[in-house]
Amino acid sequence: MNNALAHHPRAPLPAQLTAVTKRYGDVEALRGIDLTIRPGECLALLGANGAGKTTAVRILLGLAAPSSGTATVFGGNPRDAINRTRLGAMLQVARVPETLRVREHIDLFSSYYPSPMPMAELIEIAGLKGLENRMFGKLSGGQKQRVLFALSLGGNPDFLLLDEPTAGLDVETRRGLWKQIRKLVDAGKSVLLTTHYLAEAEALADRVVVLQRGAIMAEGTAAEIKGDAATLEDAFIEMVS
Amino acid sequence: MIRSYGKEIRYELLKAVRLPAYTIPTLLFPIFFYLFFGIAFGAKQVGGVTMAKYLIATYGAFGVIGASLFGFGVLIAVERGQGWLEAKRTTPMPIAAYFTGKLAMAMLFSATIVLLLFTMGIAFGGVSITFGQAASLFTILVTGSITFCAFGLAVGNWAGPNSAAAICNLLYLPMSFLSGLWVPLAMLPKPVQQIALFLPPYHFSQLALNVIGAGRGAAWGHVGAMAIATVLFLAIAYAGYRRDEGKMYG
Repeated sequence: MNNALAHHPRAPLPAQLTAVTKRYGDVEALRGIDLTIRPGECLALLGANGAGKTTAVRILLGLAAPSSGTATVFGGNPRDAINRTRLGAMLQVARVPETLRVREHIDLFSSYYPSPMPMAELIEIAGLKGLENRMFGKLSGGQKQRVLFALSLGGNPDFLLLDEPTAGLDVETRRGLWKQIRKLVDAGKSVLLTTHYLAEAEALADRVVVLQRGAIMAEGTAAEIKGDAATLEDAFIEMVS
Repeated sequence: MIRSYGKEIRYELLKAVRLPAYTIPTLLFPIFFYLFFGIAFGAKQVGGVTMAKYLIATYGAFGVIGASLFGFGVLIAVERGQGWLEAKRTTPMPIAAYFTGKLAMAMLFSATIVLLLFTMGIAFGGVSITFGQAASLFTILVTGSITFCAFGLAVGNWAGPNSAAAICNLLYLPMSFLSGLWVPLAMLPKPVQQIALFLPPYHFSQLALNVIGAGRGAAWGHVGAMAIATVLFLAIAYAGYRRDEGKMYG
């Protein structure tokens, strides 16, 4: 937490889940979780596949409604489009329209926001220089992921939700993205990222929340969660087994 | 955010133009049909007009329905299935802008098909049509796109991204035939003519045929049928959307 906003007592919280449950038929994806993202922090939601990470993100984005409990972003209902102007999200997308150029995708997404980030700045942050005019379909996997990252920043958001942002990326691209995410946090943005890479949580997050079968198992800094275990991975495996 | 509407339209068109494998068949399919039936048997009289003139209305309807089902309904089902619509819904994008972009594209395709048919009919089918008639026919055909966009959306929301195109084809082709879009209804067996009364493409094409004095039934009846069909399709589409929202992804 390193910006003025973080210490302002009345600044609305970027996101909050209170006693949220989510049922899909007989499956309980979330079982009464409380989660707060504080201004200026990077929070990692750590868990195995099916732990409920994506469900939590979807609820915060207004893409799904909680079965019970409440979700707010900047104090408002995430289901109202207007409350999404200050947040940006990077979801796992199976396929993005391939016959638009990088700059066209960015231009379109930026138009959704009242005060978008300038194109040149986005291109710079996402490391897309020289690729502006390339068709999306002609990009490599890492480049595609970087375009999605740029799109999530299009509205110059105060709060970023990144759902497994580095899934399937090579080490180099992953580290590049980490660096950019860290820079944004240092600039005062709040970030919620889900991951099942423990190293990612350790490298990026101010705070880690471990989710298992829809419930919060542990919460704290990576060091606290690690405790006596040699690595975060050992601690995690001990916790979930 | 008003500019989002313009940009959705613009990029939707760009996307389509850059996909000739989709664009060209959608545009040319009805034209080939028309050339085959409309020009080859063009001099024959049907419903008081020449076949070449009659079939501009019905193949116009056929082309508009295709462009709307596939360019709107199937496309949205696919983008939804791939998570792309969802990615856009995390932004403050007005959802109406998204639909406007797709609708504009379906209507532009529709307009292109109808203009191509006029050109073919006049150039090769000896069709004579007043400007007023042509303008009314054009307006009715392109506006009818709305009903079939709603139809496509209903199919897409229930069938899902993988089967939406197949199911649309399964409905599109038989329904067009049974509604008298390929061969004038009067040339089809009596039972088929009864079935047609329940099919939206029938009412759509009869409304178009009314303009050139070759339709059956009163225009207001067809307009009413189209309006009811549109509301019904939208309701079905919405129910499918709600059902999906309760499902788990990932």
